[in-house]
Amino acid sequence: MSGDLRDGRIVIVGASLAGLRAAETLREKGFAGSLTLVGEDPRPPYDRPPLSKQVLLGRVPAEDTGLPLRRPVDAQWKLGVRATGLDPIEKRVLLANGEQLPFDRLLITTGTRARPWPNPAEAALDGVFTLRTSEDAGRIAERLDAGPRRVLVIGAGFTGSEIASACRERGLDVTVAERGPAPLVGALGGSFGALAAKLQRAHGVDLRCGVTVTALTGNGRLTGAELSDGSRIEADIAVVALGAIRNTEWLAESGLAAGPRGLACDAGCRAFNMYGIVTDDVFVAGDVARFPHPLFEYQLLSLEHWGNAVEQAEVAAHNMVSPGPLRRPHLAVPAFWSSQFGLNIKSVGVPTFSDQVVLAQGSPKEARLVAVYGYRGRVTAAVSVNQAKSLEYYQRLIETAAPFPPEPVGTDRPEPMTPVPSDVPDPAVLSHGPTVALTGHLPDRRLTLVRR
Amino acid sequence: MAADTLFHRITDYANRADPYPLYAELRESGVTRQQDGSYLVGAYHEIAALLHDPRISSDRRNRTAADAAATCEEDLPVSFIAMDDPEHNRLRRLAMRPFGPPHTPGRIDAMHGEIARIADELIAGLRGKDRIDVVDDFAYPLPVTVICRLLGVPREDEPRFHAWTQEIIASFDPTPGEDLAERQRSGLESRRTMGRYLGELAEKRRGHPSDDMLSAFVNDEGPDGRLTQPEIMATSVLLLIAGHETTVNLITNGVLTLLRHPEELERLRRRPELMPRAVEELLRYEPPVQMLPQRSPLADIEVLGTTVPKGAPLILVLASGNRDPLRFRDPDRFDPTREDNRHLGFGSGVHSCFGAPLARLEVQLALTTLIRHLDNPRLVEDPPPYRRSPVLRGPRHLPIERDTTGT
Ligand SMILES: Cc1cc2nc3c(=O)[nH]c(=O)nc-3n(C[C@H](O)[C@H](O)[C@H](O)COP(=O)(O)OP(=O)(O)OC[C@H]3O[C@@H](n4cnc5c(N)ncnc54)[C@H](O)[C@@H]3O)c2cc1C
Ligand code: HEM
Repeated sequence: MSGDLRDGRIVIVGASLAGLRAAETLREKGFAGSLTLVGEDPRPPYDRPPLSKQVLLGRVPAEDTGLPLRRPVDAQWKLGVRATGLDPIEKRVLLANGEQLPFDRLLITTGTRARPWPNPAEAALDGVFTLRTSEDAGRIAERLDAGPRRVLVIGAGFTGSEIASACRERGLDVTVAERGPAPLVGALGGSFGALAAKLQRAHGVDLRCGVTVTALTGNGRLTGAELSDGSRIEADIAVVALGAIRNTEWLAESGLAAGPRGLACDAGCRAFNMYGIVTDDVFVAGDVARFPHPLFEYQLLSLEHWGNAVEQAEVAAHNMVSPGPLRRPHLAVPAFWSSQFGLNIKSVGVPTFSDQVVLAQGSPKEARLVAVYGYRGRVTAAVSVNQAKSLEYYQRLIETAAPFPPEPVGTDRPEPMTPVPSDVPDPAVLSHGPTVALTGHLPDRRLTLVRR
Repeated sequence: MAADTLFHRITDYANRADPYPLYAELRESGVTRQQDGSYLVGAYHEIAALLHDPRISSDRRNRTAADAAATCEEDLPVSFIAMDDPEHNRLRRLAMRPFGPPHTPGRIDAMHGEIARIADELIAGLRGKDRIDVVDDFAYPLPVTVICRLLGVPREDEPRFHAWTQEIIASFDPTPGEDLAERQRSGLESRRTMGRYLGELAEKRRGHPSDDMLSAFVNDEGPDGRLTQPEIMATSVLLLIAGHETTVNLITNGVLTLLRHPEELERLRRRPELMPRAVEELLRYEPPVQMLPQRSPLADIEVLGTTVPKGAPLILVLASGNRDPLRFRDPDRFDPTREDNRHLGFGSGVHSCFGAPLARLEVQLALTTLIRHLDNPRLVEDPPPYRRSPVLRGPRHLPIERDTTGT
């Protein structure tokens, strides 16, 4: 490409939150060349957080979740088309319809998809769903409207717990099956999980932990499920919430450091190739990215967070049209929220990057608290329940690597403050994947050394 | 001039019409101890951080120097605006139950028609007058009528609670001076009288529920129980005062600002759908609550390199933060279409304004209705005469003239 970064051809693969925000930012920064967005989903970009909340409650129709445009984006949209490959030498994206898109710079924002139920025959039963797209949410909401006798939710991560919450709010019976010891442990650790378990049961959820679903049964139509403890339950609907799979398969032959944990990049969102060498024309952002973070020992982080997708997309877009010295690092402290069972949960930092946790404010009995996480004596995360107002204070402690346990502050706290183990599990024992994963220091490919 | 006289100059009535140059000086000078021992903060990011900092208290009993405004007696506790969590949270939730989500999500929306009607009636009362006092004729009666309906207070009692309200507001005016102790004593006395008055009104509704908040306080019970009788008194005094003494200033500041920017007034007259954003800009540009005078740190804290000692009065100057060039582009420009506008007009953090959705609706409707009916409006006096308080700042009167041909 000519030295002028404001011109040329940019292709974005993945036309959802990160892809859209990047496209807007490129135009805002004065990029005047051609811009093409490729998206497998035929719908224009929409927002996913409402899918497991307002949409399942029937308050917002699934079609009404479109993402508002921040500014007009002059671009070519290729929706309903899958990218199937990338030729890094010729600099072309290959599409399922046979088309090839040449680019000067490429942004990859292909995100994740729902992990399907492993038995395809059972997964095909009428009444078995996963939840990732607006179409999924629309179909589930329709079934919930019909008043099923019981809903089975498989996996008690954030998505599974939000689904269970929506069912209870609609007055539906719901069973949640989770392989781990409690809900939300994957993201928030065991102490928090115990609280979540109590809460779900108080809201009438039939919560079964430490079990797996061994079979979904039915004859064309789902009728029930068998559990590893020998019990069985009857249900008309099962929502499989086993976490996410990163959409990287299409990059298998591209020579990039792409694998099941995402596509690795540097702090400036530039993708690594399989040798760990950084590329200068392929960028990545959003749920599909794995990026190094200085606050977490430069380990590569994989996040499934709305806020991260937006901020990383903005940084990637900026760097795509800025010369080297003006590029910015993506250093934002990870943050996400969830609403379930009448609670507003917010998290900053990386709770799984911890060995201890302490109740710093509020009281679990009133379901209003801030828990602060520490790793080897410094603050690494904080999670609030119905008490988000002071989270900024704790974010500052994370950013400055303040000592853990934090100094007791304020008038609304337990006495004394006693740290306990945070009990972060090995992700292998969970039904659902964690929504934040520390994925080590290495790009994802195992290299086979060929000696000639 | 010396930085430690800033508070004195800001509160000086002579500077009421335009305190903004002093705020610029405040932001320049960082955080300095004032002659009276208080600390002023005027920078946006620092104010925002302090409002989310659990080490900052709103409870004046945590101040080192005793303070009559903090007096709290069994028969009349302080209201939740002057308390810390967890008590503050419990009382705020109980008060919110009949007012907003999650328990009463539709209350404010349902008042839309009624507020518009009240505004129209006030306008109708001005027919034929070519000279109007925006404050007495419109900006004051509107929110008073609204809050009376909402709480269930007879509108005709306004002269009584108006007098008490003025005493109470004067007692929270932090202007240093000899009369402070005296003001605080009479403020307390008025709070007690007003609390008794509202408590009796609520008591009359026990067992006779009607669709107002006082009735809900005595008759409804949620999972957190209900307010005690002294808590009802303290809370309804707070709601009645907070519910109109601020809104009147925003409406008046709005009219004044628009008359000073006639091209913007014209644009809003043509495109009333721009009003919501214009109201946010007014909350930034001329906020009715200029400063929060009742914070103090629970431990020694550092702000912009200065240690503010535990228990010292810490005054957060919201109106200065709203003009901070480190946060807002072109901060001294009134731009009703401003996009990035997270102003501090309603505060922030756990005490952020309880009534904000109602206030927004009232002021949007008030200004839209008023400018639709003003033909060629002109300021008679600029600046207009201001009310005393440097905290709840706004014109005492705003005389304007208009053409009356045809009305
Ligand atoms: C039900 C649900 C609830 C959520 N709730 C919250 C919440 O409360 N808080 C929070 O912080 N986060 C939440 N999230 C996560 C948040 O939505 C994601 O972090 C965000 O969507 C990530 O955006 P993205 O653009 O990186 O990826 P995605 O939104 O996954 O978008 C990727 C896009 O790429 C397309 N694509 C994939 N492969 C290809 C290909 N080969 N060719 C072309 N196109 C392709 C996909 O069709 C998709 O449109 C939730 C997610 C879900 C599913
Ligand atoms: C334009 C109008 C208004 C403005 C500018 C305004 C501004 C503010 C500000 C700045 C605070 C924060 C105080 C602090 O942090 O110490 C506050 C709190 C409060 N406001 Fe408003 N307000 C307005 C209207 C209203 C209305 C209409 C009501 C009532 C219906 C109301 C009720 C309250 C209450 C109860 C609090 C205390 C909240 C708490 O301590 O948790 N306000 N307001």
